[in-house]
Amino acid sequence: MRPSETELATLTRKFKGQRRALIRVLQDVQERYGWLPPEALEHVAAALGVPLVRVYGVATFYRSFSLSPRGRHVCTVCLGTACHVRGGAAVLDGFERRLGVPAGRTTPDGRYTLERVNCLGACALAPLAVVDGRAHGRMDEGQVEAILAALEKDDPA
Amino acid sequence: MTTVRTHLLVCAGTGCVSCGAFGIRSGLEAEVRRRGLGGEVEVVATGCNGFCERGPIVVVQPDGVFYQRLAPADIPELVEEHLIKGRPVRRLMYVPPEEREPVPRMKDIPFFKHQRLIVLRNRGRIDPERIDDYIAADGYEAAAKALGEMTPEGIIAEITASGLRGRGGAGFPTGIKWEAARRAAGGPKYVVCNGDEGDPGAFMDRSVLEADPHSVIEGLIIGARAVGADRGFLYIRNEYPLAIDRVGKALEQARSYGLLGADILGTGFTFDLEIVRGAGAFVSGEETALIASIEGGRAYPRPRPPYPAQRGLWGRPTVINNVETWANIPSIVRRGADWFAGLGTAGSKGTKVFSLVGKIANTGLVEVPMGITLREIVHDIGGGVPGGRDVKAVQIGGPSGGCIPKSLFDLPIDFESLKSAGSMMGSGGMIVMDEDTCMVDIALYFLRFAEEESCGKCAPCRVGTGEMARILAKITEGRGGADDVARLEDLADTVRRGSLCGLGQTAPNPVLTTLRYFRDEYEAHVRDKRCPALVCKSLISFAIDPGACVGCQLCKKACPAAAISGEPKKVHIIDDRACIKCGICLNVCPPKFRAVRKTTPPASAGAAGSTAASGRAAASKPAGGGR
Repeated sequence: MRPSETELATLTRKFKGQRRALIRVLQDVQERYGWLPPEALEHVAAALGVPLVRVYGVATFYRSFSLSPRGRHVCTVCLGTACHVRGGAAVLDGFERRLGVPAGRTTPDGRYTLERVNCLGACALAPLAVVDGRAHGRMDEGQVEAILAALEKDDPA
Repeated sequence: MTTVRTHLLVCAGTGCVSCGAFGIRSGLEAEVRRRGLGGEVEVVATGCNGFCERGPIVVVQPDGVFYQRLAPADIPELVEEHLIKGRPVRRLMYVPPEEREPVPRMKDIPFFKHQRLIVLRNRGRIDPERIDDYIAADGYEAAAKALGEMTPEGIIAEITASGLRGRGGAGFPTGIKWEAARRAAGGPKYVVCNGDEGDPGAFMDRSVLEADPHSVIEGLIIGARAVGADRGFLYIRNEYPLAIDRVGKALEQARSYGLLGADILGTGFTFDLEIVRGAGAFVSGEETALIASIEGGRAYPRPRPPYPAQRGLWGRPTVINNVETWANIPSIVRRGADWFAGLGTAGSKGTKVFSLVGKIANTGLVEVPMGITLREIVHDIGGGVPGGRDVKAVQIGGPSGGCIPKSLFDLPIDFESLKSAGSMMGSGGMIVMDEDTCMVDIALYFLRFAEEESCGKCAPCRVGTGEMARILAKITEGRGGADDVARLEDLADTVRRGSLCGLGQTAPNPVLTTLRYFRDEYEAHVRDKRCPALVCKSLISFAIDPGACVGCQLCKKACPAAAISGEPKKVHIIDDRACIKCGICLNVCPPKFRAVRKTTPPASAGAAGSTAASGRAAASKPAGGGR
C-alpha cells in the first residue's frame, strides 16, 4: 500500500519538530502500511526536523522496521534457545522449503513473508511458529504443510 | 456487596494465551451464566502463573484446586462437577511425571512448593488490569510510606542495607547506583525501567509486566522520590504487546488514583511515567544504548564512565534498573531491609526469577531464593528431563552466559558462584540441555546471535564474533582443523578485551564455557568428524534398519528430497547422497517399528582421520529416542 500525503501528515502531526519521537513515528508508519515506504521516510524527516540519513539509519538499525513491502501472510518461526534445542531449525527449514524463500524474504507473488525471530518468550510451546498472529506450539516440520494449506483455502493464489 | 463464593482464576500470561486461555475464559463466563451462577462465581483473568508447560490453567479459589491443559470441551464438566456438585474433576488435574495420582491443590504441586515469591507474589492472584486488586494486596502501601514517612536518604539507606543487586545481569548494588544519582549535580533527573528483555529463552520481565505492572510502577515512584526525579520511562520490547497494553492501562489507573502526576498522595511530590516501545535490537538492553534509543536514535552504546547515574538521558543523571529490580523495591520498603537481607547468600540477597526452559518437564517461570542449587531447580521444581533422557548441562545467562555441566549442579547459585563457573546470572534464562544437545552447535548458535546483534561500533565485536562463528561452523561441518580450537580461544580473548560494552565483552562466554566443560565434544567433531549428540547435519546420516522395516512407505511418502526408495512391504533404503538430513523419516516411522536410525561415525581411540564410512551403526540410536 502506498501512503498518501494527508495520511502521513496525520501520523506525524503530534510530533512536529520532535527529534525524540523518530522511532515512535516510524513504528506508527510501519504498523499502518506493514513497511516503511520511501516517501514516508522523507515525510517523517521533514516533519520531525531530522536529516533523512538519520531516519534511514534508524530504520535500518532496528529489526522491526521493513524497507520493502511484506507479504499478505506473515510466517514467523521462533529460534530462541529453547526452540533451538527442541528442533526449531528443522521447522524453519520446512517453511523455507515449502515457500521457496529463505528467512527474511517475501515470496515473489507477495503472498508470504517468512521471518525468523530470536525469542517470543513462549518457551513452553517450543518449537513455536506464528502464522498471521496465530501461535502454533510444539511444531514439527510435518505440520507446516497443513497450516499453510488451511490458509490457502481462504486465499487462493 | 456481591456474594461471590468462588473465583475462577484463568491464567492470561502469553504462554497460556497462545494456547487458548481467552477462549477458556469466555467459555467459563458463558457456562457460569448459563448455569445461573453469575452472582456466586466470578471469572478473573490473572497474570502468568509460571507453569507455562501446563496451559491453559485455571485455579479455583478458595479451594486452591489447580486445573491444567484445559480445552473448551472440558468446561461444562468442570462447572457441573466442581462448582455445582462440589466434586473436583480429577482428570483435569496435574499428575507429576512418573506418578499416577493427581495433585489437586496448587500449593502441593512440586513446581510451586519449592518456590519463594517476592517479585511474583501477586502472580495468578490478582487481575493485573484492576488497580484495586493490587491495592487490596498491600499495593502502594510502600509508596505511601516512602513518600509520607521517609526521607530520600532514608529510602536509599534502606535499599542499600537490603543488599539488593541489579537483576538485569551485572548485579550492581542498587542502593549505590541510587546514591550516585542522588548526589549527581544538575537536573532534571530521570528513572528508567529496562524492559528490553532480549535474551532468547528468558521471559521473566515480560511476565512481571504482564502479571503485576503496578509493582514495577510503585518501585519507580519510590526510586524517583529517592533520587529526586520527576519523570521516568518504561522501555519495553515491541515483541511484548500484552505487556505494553497492561502497563499502559496500569499507568492510566495510577494517574486517575493520584498515584502518578502532580502532588502524589498529597505529599507535594510530582512524578509521571511514559512507555517507550523498543524497536527490535538486542543491544538496546545495554544501558547506554537504551538511553540512545529513548532519545530517538540508533542504539549505540557509549563508553562508561560517565555512568548514566552521572550523565544519562539528555546528559542528565539517570537511574536505570531492570524490571525485576524495580519490582523488588515495594516489598523491601514495606517489609524492611532486614527481612530481605535474611534471604539468600552472603553476597546475593533475596530471590531470583528464572525462566526454566528447554529439555525440561516443567517449563515455566520460577522464583527461588538465592543460594538454591541447580539440582533443586532442575529436578525438584523442573521435574527433570522428559522422555527418560539424561540432563547434560544448563545454559544460564543467555548469549552472555555459559553452560554449567551436570557435575556442578550442587553449586549454590548466586552472582559470584556463577561467575566463578564461567557463566553469569544474566537476566535469568535457564535452558536445560540433555544428551541430544550438541555443545558445539550451541556455541555456534550463540555466536551467530552475537554476530547478528552486534551494533557494529567496535571491530573486535563486529568482526571477531563473526570470525568465531565461521570457525565454529567449520567444526560442525566436519572441516575443523587441529589449530581451530586454539584460534577460537585466542579470538575470544581479543573480543572480550577489545569491546566497549557488555555484549562484546561477554559474547565469547558460550564458547569458553563449552570448551572448558565439553572439550571432548569439540575434539570429537574436529578429530573424529563425529557429532556425539547426533545434531550436526554434516556429521550424521540416516539409515533404515532392514530387520525392523516393514515397508509401510510412510517415510518414502514424507521424504521431501525423494531420497528413500523401496516397494510396498519390502525393506526401504535411504540414499545418503540425496538425503538432506531433515529427520522427517525418523519422525514419521511408527514407534512400534523404529526402523530409522540416526548415526555418526564411531569414536576413535585417538587416531586422527578415521573414515566416516566404517561401522556407522556403532554410534546409532533408534527412532524416537530424542523427542
